[in-house]
Amino acid sequence: MSNATKTSIHRDVLGASALRPDGAAKVSGKFEFSSDLHAEHMLWGATLRSPHPFARIISIDLSAAYKIDGVEAIITAQDVPGKKTYGLISSDQPVFASEIVRYVGEPVAAVAADHPETCRRALAAIKVNYEVLTPITDAELAMLPSTTQIHPDGNLFRHQRIITGDQNLQGEIIVEATYEMGMQDQAFLGLEAALAIPDSGGAGVEMFVATQWLHEDQKQIAACLDLPLEKIRITLGGVGGAFGAREDISLQVHCALLALRTSRPIKMQYGREESFYGHVHRHPAKIWIRHHATRTGVIQRIESRMVFDGGAYASTSAAVLINGVTHIQGPYKCLNATVDGYAVRTNNPPCGAMRGFGVVQACYAHESQMDKLAVACGLSPVEIRLINAMVTGDKLITGQVVESVAPVERCIRETDAIEMPAPLARNANALEIVGGSGLTSLPHNIVRGVGWGVSIKNLMYSESFDDFATARCQLQNGVVNLKFATVEVGQGFVVLAPQIARSVLGVDEVIIDPVDTRIGSAGSTSASRQTWMSGGAVDGACRLVRQRLFEHVGTKHNIDPLRLVIEDTDVVDMLGDFRISVIEASTGVFIDETFEHHHRPTEELDENGQGNCHVAFAFVAHRAVVDVDVELGLVKVIQIATAQDVGRVLNPIAALGQIEGGIAQGLGLAVMEEIVLDNGKMRNPSFTDYLLPTALDAPQVIAVMIEEPEPQAPLGAKGIGEPPCISVTPAIAAAIRNATGRDLPRVPIRPQDICL
Amino acid sequence: MTVLIPQSLHDALAAATANPDAQIIQGGTDLMVEVNFNHRKPTDVIALRRVDEIRNYVVTADKKNVVIGSGLPYREMEHGELAQLLPALAQAARTVGSPQIRAAGSIGGNLGTCSPAGDALPVLSALDAVINLQTATTSREISVHDFMVGVKRNARQPGELIVSATLPIINGWQGYAKVGVRNAMVISIASCCLVIDREKGSIGVALGSVGPTIIRCRETEQWLAMQIDLKNISIVAPNLLKEFGDRVAKESKPIDDHRSTAAYRRHAVATLSRRLLTRANTQ
Repeated sequence: MSNATKTSIHRDVLGASALRPDGAAKVSGKFEFSSDLHAEHMLWGATLRSPHPFARIISIDLSAAYKIDGVEAIITAQDVPGKKTYGLISSDQPVFASEIVRYVGEPVAAVAADHPETCRRALAAIKVNYEVLTPITDAELAMLPSTTQIHPDGNLFRHQRIITGDQNLQGEIIVEATYEMGMQDQAFLGLEAALAIPDSGGAGVEMFVATQWLHEDQKQIAACLDLPLEKIRITLGGVGGAFGAREDISLQVHCALLALRTSRPIKMQYGREESFYGHVHRHPAKIWIRHHATRTGVIQRIESRMVFDGGAYASTSAAVLINGVTHIQGPYKCLNATVDGYAVRTNNPPCGAMRGFGVVQACYAHESQMDKLAVACGLSPVEIRLINAMVTGDKLITGQVVESVAPVERCIRETDAIEMPAPLARNANALEIVGGSGLTSLPHNIVRGVGWGVSIKNLMYSESFDDFATARCQLQNGVVNLKFATVEVGQGFVVLAPQIARSVLGVDEVIIDPVDTRIGSAGSTSASRQTWMSGGAVDGACRLVRQRLFEHVGTKHNIDPLRLVIEDTDVVDMLGDFRISVIEASTGVFIDETFEHHHRPTEELDENGQGNCHVAFAFVAHRAVVDVDVELGLVKVIQIATAQDVGRVLNPIAALGQIEGGIAQGLGLAVMEEIVLDNGKMRNPSFTDYLLPTALDAPQVIAVMIEEPEPQAPLGAKGIGEPPCISVTPAIAAAIRNATGRDLPRVPIRPQDICL
Repeated sequence: MTVLIPQSLHDALAAATANPDAQIIQGGTDLMVEVNFNHRKPTDVIALRRVDEIRNYVVTADKKNVVIGSGLPYREMEHGELAQLLPALAQAARTVGSPQIRAAGSIGGNLGTCSPAGDALPVLSALDAVINLQTATTSREISVHDFMVGVKRNARQPGELIVSATLPIINGWQGYAKVGVRNAMVISIASCCLVIDREKGSIGVALGSVGPTIIRCRETEQWLAMQIDLKNISIVAPNLLKEFGDRVAKESKPIDDHRSTAAYRRHAVATLSRRLLTRANTQ
């Protein structure tokens, strides 16, 4: 349930609530996801995984497995022709473990066979002899110099400090605490799947993959296969959600290797349990933080020590850590800081990208602190945040000046102005009360609470990374053809790209070419970046085409092209009467332009954490209203009010979808979503026990979109994918604290945390 | 794998007797999960979905009992005559999974799987249900208390089918409540059914998910019957109410697992039983 602004624009241009072209197919079951892929004469691939969090491989015996009818190939580490490892930042993860396994679920071998059941039997018949080692599953322990090094690269992925201003300042008010966050899973619904079709002679491979970044996959696969980049051709398979979990390689290299080995198409797909083992998760974190403030509540200094458990392999831990430490001040002014952050290797499942990318952990800590500070200063949660709210031009603790539009105060005030929900009725229907149909609670068992969360989130990649995006636009006979490698994971670029083309070129018909590696990179669909980056590339390509069209029309009709503009679906002379439809103007011509959009360069952080490391920032405020059965520790989130800094709304219904979805994901982290680990082993790798919010858990969402166009952004629009899931978690936690009076320093908040 | 799909109870019993080791499937909401996880690899399966005789219920002529077919989907118990006769069963049925699961799941399935988290089982226990088991040539009745042997273990013999459960229609109050970590579609981490028979002046309290099987709190029941007159609606004094919950918790045997902790489960059954006893005397 939401309240959205309805726009009545008669064409599906920017600003209209254009509908997704894949929407009907997805809700009616007709959309082809990667798991639906099929090829003639294909074999099935499957992965053998380590049952131990830490063990030495003594021997692998494949003989029994090879005797099974229908088994065509079995591959292990020694069958990897190229680089034996892969990874997004540092290449430390083996394609197959050869000597040591470092987490439960680490791939050891893969088989190709005529049927998934044959694969299963073959995996069961592979005999791996392990010498089990004592796993190191505590990040603090892993960091100690005396602890066993889990990997030749050591147990510390990265340490980064931020030192700025007065290191000795003591505030009149000091509040401190340690906060913890459990391991969240991205829990996309479309499981990992790929189809690899080998070129004849094994010279290359054609792949169809559900991924987040085609060109990064291509690069890593090519290196492991020891093939030239162009021999790995990747087309995007249908993706059912990503949230960061598809940034890393999962089954891609295995699938390609098996295809080359057998000279047959190979289909691989994970089931739900294997998916939990097959992709990275959100970093569990422990954050100690101390705020110094004046008696009136003005923040003067932050001290913090942040420890992120990265699990067995590096993935994006180093970048996640940087996001954590550079966002620990929150959307608040602060001049003095002493921050130490560590991303640590353990024998837990590897952690990497997930929506919010390090900022989720930081935000939970700083927002919990803001409420403590408010109490210490005798202020309300809203007052303490308004007093400290950052504005454009403020300097961050990294020394970077916030050049982005920064309507923090407006986010807070507009959220505060949203009407509160009605009190719980004494005769409320069971489904409106905590416990739902379980008839657990009656209205008199319920206490209502209200809490706040406000966040700052960087957009795009940071620390000198040039994550550019490429797009091609072709115009002919009034029809636009767009090509890009921008991955659609559900965020809606498939609807946005045509809207851009219609707005710039005055056409109605826009065709999108298959998304593949036959064009330059679009970068990853992550970091809230595709509207800005690929949107900028499509906009740029369309503008180049428009310029060529104006030149063509100008020459033909003897008008200075500079006088021509697009008005609705016509080319019009601004200074005269000339008017011609775009269809007519482009008939018989073929215009083809490609454009790369680069964001402005950023810098690495120095040893004191100083540097202009981020491109831009977006802000959001959340106010949560929850009902708590205090005696049983059960929670129902009633309403989330939010005002989000979006720059400019390009598609209201799509923007609202991002906001509602992000809120559901942040709610999950607040009260139920956690991978429970026991000495490195997952206890709940299924949707029976890893609980996601259902429709009855989803709150009413009232969203206000704050439109202050961002000058840096090509379309004025900021990324909106991540902010909704960041500060909603601390807002819900704060609301539960408000209802219960408990400290609750850890999320997800479990019933026993509230009532025992 | 062979799958037999008998179209009548006669054929189903014949099939089960002929192949006593066959895996019986009713709604499949437990079994198919186990198959998907490779925890179970059945070779011969007898599917009861088409056996109409067990997808029904009858009220006995003396109006004292309801005989519920083992294949009657939970969906059919949520509303209507059954819900009026057996409100606690209706409440338990409503908490089972999603609408799709409730269209498939049944009492027969709960009994067959015999998980302590089976939502209907505390109701069967609190009401002292009787389970009817048949083969092609035999028929026997067994108390639900004797039927549920342990964690996912029951007294069904190879070749027998669970045909029905007989539940008494009582004059009194009955209710069910469940705790899960989300507000729908959740496996219980603690549940409780409370039945007060006003004619007999007796109470039945049964707990789910806090022991190897459903736990019937006999000592607490007897204790309460001595403290208050169960034949009449009466407000239970706060100290008695507290002790009632404490005693219920003491009779539970929960464990720590990935879903919850033993301490929370004890607390939850204490709280749920107190709430149900309060509801029994105020609704």
